[in-house]
Amino acid sequence: MVIDQQKMQSLSDRLVTDEVRGRSPWADARRRFWRNRAAMLGLTILVLVVLFALLGGQFAQWSGEELDFSVMGQVAQMGQPSIANGHYFGTDNLGRDLYARVVQGTQISLMVGIVGAGIAVIVGTLYGATAGYVGGRTDQIMMRAVDILMSIPYMFVLILLLVMFGRSMSMLFLGIGLISWLDMSRIVRGQTLSLKNREFIEAARATGVSSFRIIIRHIVPNLLGVVAVYATLLVPLMILTESFISFLGLGVQEPLTSWGALISEGAGTMNYGTLWQLAFPLFFFVITLFGFFFVGDGLRDALDPKER
Amino acid sequence: MTKLFATTALLTALALPAFAVQPAEGETLAETQTYTYWLLDAIKSLDPALNTDVEGSDVQRNLYEGLMIEDAQGAMIPGMALSHEVSEDGLTYTFTLRDANWSNGEPVTADDFVYAWQRVVTPETASEYAWYLELMNVANATAIVAGEMAPDQLGVAALDDKTLQVTLTTPTPYFIKTLSHTTTYPVPRAVVEEHGDAWTQPGNLVGNGAFTLASHNLGVEIVLQKNPEYWDAENVVMETVRGVTVNDNNVALTRYQAGELDRVQIPAGQYPRLSEQYPDQAISVPNGCSYAYVFNVGENGPEVLKDQRVREAMALSLNREIIVDQVLQGGQRPAYTWTHWAIEGFAAPEGGMEDMPMEDRLARATELLAEASYGPDNPVRLQLQYNTDDNHRLLAIAAQQFWRPLGIEIELNNVEWAVHTDRLQSGDFEVARYAWCADYNEATTFLDWFRTDGYNSGKWSNEEYDALLEEARTAEDTAPLYQRAEEILAEEVPAAFVYHYAKVDMINPAIKGLPTENLRNTWYGKDLYRTAE
Amino acid sequence: MFAFVLRRLAVAIPTLLLLIVFSFVLMHLAPGGPFTGERALPPQVLANLEAQYGLNDPLWLQIWNYLVSVVVHFDFGPSFVYPDRTVNQLIANGFPVTLTYGGLSFLAAVIFGVSLGVVAAIWHNSWVDYLAVGISIGAQVLPNFVMAPLLVLVFTLWYRLLPGGGWSFSDPSFWVMPVIALATSYMASIARITRSSMLEVLGSNHIRTARAKGMPEHRVIIRHALKPAMLPVISYLGPVFVSMITGSVVIDIYFSTGGIGKAFVDSALNRDYAVMMGVTILVGALTILFNLLVDVLYAWIDPKIRY
Repeated sequence: MVIDQQKMQSLSDRLVTDEVRGRSPWADARRRFWRNRAAMLGLTILVLVVLFALLGGQFAQWSGEELDFSVMGQVAQMGQPSIANGHYFGTDNLGRDLYARVVQGTQISLMVGIVGAGIAVIVGTLYGATAGYVGGRTDQIMMRAVDILMSIPYMFVLILLLVMFGRSMSMLFLGIGLISWLDMSRIVRGQTLSLKNREFIEAARATGVSSFRIIIRHIVPNLLGVVAVYATLLVPLMILTESFISFLGLGVQEPLTSWGALISEGAGTMNYGTLWQLAFPLFFFVITLFGFFFVGDGLRDALDPKER
Repeated sequence: MTKLFATTALLTALALPAFAVQPAEGETLAETQTYTYWLLDAIKSLDPALNTDVEGSDVQRNLYEGLMIEDAQGAMIPGMALSHEVSEDGLTYTFTLRDANWSNGEPVTADDFVYAWQRVVTPETASEYAWYLELMNVANATAIVAGEMAPDQLGVAALDDKTLQVTLTTPTPYFIKTLSHTTTYPVPRAVVEEHGDAWTQPGNLVGNGAFTLASHNLGVEIVLQKNPEYWDAENVVMETVRGVTVNDNNVALTRYQAGELDRVQIPAGQYPRLSEQYPDQAISVPNGCSYAYVFNVGENGPEVLKDQRVREAMALSLNREIIVDQVLQGGQRPAYTWTHWAIEGFAAPEGGMEDMPMEDRLARATELLAEASYGPDNPVRLQLQYNTDDNHRLLAIAAQQFWRPLGIEIELNNVEWAVHTDRLQSGDFEVARYAWCADYNEATTFLDWFRTDGYNSGKWSNEEYDALLEEARTAEDTAPLYQRAEEILAEEVPAAFVYHYAKVDMINPAIKGLPTENLRNTWYGKDLYRTAE
Repeated sequence: MFAFVLRRLAVAIPTLLLLIVFSFVLMHLAPGGPFTGERALPPQVLANLEAQYGLNDPLWLQIWNYLVSVVVHFDFGPSFVYPDRTVNQLIANGFPVTLTYGGLSFLAAVIFGVSLGVVAAIWHNSWVDYLAVGISIGAQVLPNFVMAPLLVLVFTLWYRLLPGGGWSFSDPSFWVMPVIALATSYMASIARITRSSMLEVLGSNHIRTARAKGMPEHRVIIRHALKPAMLPVISYLGPVFVSMITGSVVIDIYFSTGGIGKAFVDSALNRDYAVMMGVTILVGALTILFNLLVDVLYAWIDPKIRY
C-alpha cells in the first residue's frame, strides 16, 4: 500500500508547466473532477462517513461505554443487531453497544488519518520547499538525510516509539505522521527547484523579502495541487497503519476505540456466531478507504489529464 | 541424630508398585500414541536452571525427573528419590536415589543433583529462579546468590552415588512439596560441561525423564519421543508428545476443531457454547491462581487509597458474580480471599461480604464513600493499570462500569507487560491488576505475598498478619491462622480480590490420563495414553 | 553505474550506525528491562543477571561493546529471553522462513499483479477490466489480520485441505496460506499501478506507430509496451519489500511460521535488547540493499536515467 510516486511526479511536472505557462490548472480541473463518476461516488461516501462520525452519536440509544447486563454473557443470542433494544449494530463481547463504538471508532480513525496525513504534508512540504529553495550544500545535506531515513524500517521505529513513550493519541499522531513525509519532501523539492527562478520569486527576493516569507507566501501556495492530492492519498495509508498498530495492541486506550481495534476484535470471534462484530466496522473501514482512493485518484487525474 | 522416616503418604506410595498407566476395561489403545498440545508461545528455555514459565515447565517435566513427582491429585510421590529421612530438628533431609539412567545410558547420581543445584545459585549462571532455592531454605543459598560465598558451600551434598543430603537453615514444612519444581531437577554434568550453553539443543540434550528431545523448532513446535532409558519405560504408553505453538487462541481453537491439536485453551466467554456442543470435550477444572486489583497504599500511592473506607467500598461494589458468570464464563469462582479456594487445608473465613446480597453491598459501599465524603458529586478519581491481554481488558472495562455509579471514576491505563511489572515493582501505580499462581499446594504460597517483606506491590503492612504467618511456619494446625490472616485482608482491603482461576480447555476425549484434580495442572506425558476411537 | 553503487553503499554504513544507536538508546530508555517479570527478582539475582549481560555498564560503553562484537565478530550476543540461544541462532532459524514465504509472496504479488493489470488494461472498459479493478481494490483494503484467520477457517476447518499452521521447508502445503495472506494486498496494488501505467503506454505515440506498421497486437504489447509500463511497478517494489517484512508479524502470529517478524515484535515488548537490535540491523541492511537493487534495475530498464 504505497502511493504511486511516478504519477505524483508526472502531476508535479504538469503543474509546474501550467504555472510557467501562466495558466491556472484549477478551473479545468474542477470541471473534470465533477465529471469523474468514481471520484464523485468516493466523495459522496466520504461525506456520508464524516456525517456518520459527527452526527451518528445523536441517534445512539446507548453510550459506547455502558454494559448492557441483559445481553452480557449471551452476546451470540441476545446481542445481535436489533432496532428493538437499541443496539442497531448489535453489541460487542461485553455487551457494549457496537453502533456507538463504531461511531467513536470512525471519529478516532478519521482523526488519526487526517492529523497523521496533515503532519506528513506539513513537514514534507516545508522540508522539501526549504531544501529546494535554499539549494546548494543545504539542499544536498537535507536530501541525503531523506535518503538515509528512507532506508530505516519505519514500522520498527514506530513500534519502538510506542513502546518507549507509552500508548497515547499524540504519540500515535506524531509517529504515524513522521514516517510518511519523506516521499512528499522529494516531490516538493523538485517542484520548488523549477519554481524558484520564476520572475515573481526573483521580484520578491529583489525587494528584500526574507527567504522564510518567500517559501511560505510564494512557493507553498503554488504547491497546492500536489499537496492536496498527496494528502488525500495519505489518509487511507495512515488509517491502515493505525489498524496494524491496533492489531499489535499498541493503539488507543480503552474505552476509546478505532476501526483497527474493532476489526481486530471482531476478526478474533468470527467463528463464534457474532459476525456482526466484524462486519460493521469492516464495512465502514473499507468504504472509507475506497472513498479516499477514488477522490485522490480523481483529483490527480483532474489536475493531470492524459490526452489519449 | 535420630532418623525419622518420611510422611505416611510417602510410605503408602512406596508400598505400591510403580505408578502405571493402563487402559481401563473396554478401552483399546490407538495405533499411534501421539499427544499434541497447544502452546501459546515459544518455549523460552529447556535448561531447568533457566526456566521461568509454565510452558517451559510442562516440557521439562517430561525431559527430566526431580526427586519427587506429582500424582493425579498433585500429591508428592517418589521420582528419583526412592525414600527420604528427616532429622529430628527438621533441618537435614537425606534422600536415597533409585537406580536410573540418563538418556545417554549413564547412571543418574547424587552428584548430578549437587551440580544442578549449585549451578542454579552460581551468579554466573544468571538464573532468574535462583530465589527458588532460597524459598526452599537450602543452607547458604542466599549468600551464594549474593556472591559472598563459593557455590560449593551450598547445603547439598552427595554422601555416595545414591545418597543425597540437603541441609536447611530453618524447618520448612513445605520443603518436600517444592521438590517437583523444574528448578530442582538434576542436570548431566558431563553434557553441560561439554556443550556449554548449547547443551539443550536437540542432539545434545540429555535428560532423565520419560521422554527425549526429538526436535525443537522455536515458535513452531517441539517434539518429544519416548525415552527407552527411563527407569519406568515399560509402563510408558505414549510414544510422542508434541507441543505446537499458535500465538492466537482463536486460531488454535479452529485448529483443535480441525483435529490438529488434542488440547487447547478455550477463549474467554466460549465455554458455555462449547460445553453445550461438545460436553465430553469442554472441561473446566480449578487452577491455583488468584486475580486481584491491588491498591497502592505505599508512599507513592494516591492519598485517597490510604482511606480504608474507599478501598472497602471498591471491594464491596465490584460485582464478581457478573465477571465470573457473564464475562469469563468458564467455571472460575468469585474471589473473596487471596488464597485459592481449592488449596489443600484451606477454609475461607465465614461471614464476609460474600454472604451479603449485592444491593446491601452497594448500599454499604455508598455509605462508606459518603462517610469519606465522596460520591457522584465529588468522585474519587483513580487510574487502573493492566497489561495487554484480552481478558484483563474486558475485566477492567467491567470494573470501571461497576464503580462509576458510586462516584469512582476510573481511567483505564493499558501498558505492555514489561512496563506493567516495572511499575508494580517501583510502586508507580494507583490500582493495578495482578494475579498470583501457587508455587506449591499450601496457603502460604499466596499469603506470603502480602507480608511486609513479601512481594506486596501495594506496600500494605500489618504486624498481626506478619506474626500469624511466622507462627504458621512451625504450627501444628495452620488452618485457623490462615483464616485469621484472610480476615485481616478482608478488613483492611489491601486489594480487591476478583476471581479464582479455572483451567478451561478443550481436550480430545481419546486422550486419557490428564489430571483433573491437580490444582497446578501438572501433567506428565508418561501418564498419558491415547485410545482408539 | 559502478560509482553510483559505491556511493550508495558508502551512505549505507552511516545509516546503519545511526539506526543502531537510535534503536539502542530508545530501547534502553524504555521503562522495564528484560528481567522484569511477574515477581520482582531479589536485587542480588538481578545484579547477577545484569552483570552477566553487561547491562550495568554506562550506555555509551554498551553501545561500543555491541558495535565491536557485531562488526568484528559478527556476533549479535545472547538472547535475554531465550537464554539457550544466541541471537545469531535465532536469526538463522527464523530468517530463512521469513525469506522463503516472503520471497514467494513477492513473486506471487508481482506475477499475478502484473498479469491482472495488463489484462485489465488490454480490455480497458470491458467487464474484464471492471472485474480486475474490483478485485484489486477489494483485496487492497482487506487487512491481513482478517484474512489470515479466515483462511485457516476455510482451508483448515471447513475443507480440511491445508495444515492450519506450522512450517516445513520440504512441504509446500505449509506455504500456501502464508503466501496468500501476505501477497494479496500487494498484488492488488501492483495490479492497479500496472493497469494505469499500461494504459498510458498503450496510448503513447510509439505504440501507435508500432500498430500502424501492422505489428500484431500481442507483439506490440510484449515487445514494446510491457517494458516501459514496468517502470512505476519497479519503483514500487522497494516499499513493497519493506512492508512485507513488517507484515510478516501477522503471518507469524496466525500461522506459527516461526519467522523473524514475530521475533522482532516480541523482543521489543519483552525488552530482549539483543534480538531487537539484531533484527533491526538485519532488516535495515536488507532494506538498503533491496532499494539499491531496485534502483539498479530501474536504471537498466529505463535508458533515460544516467547516474
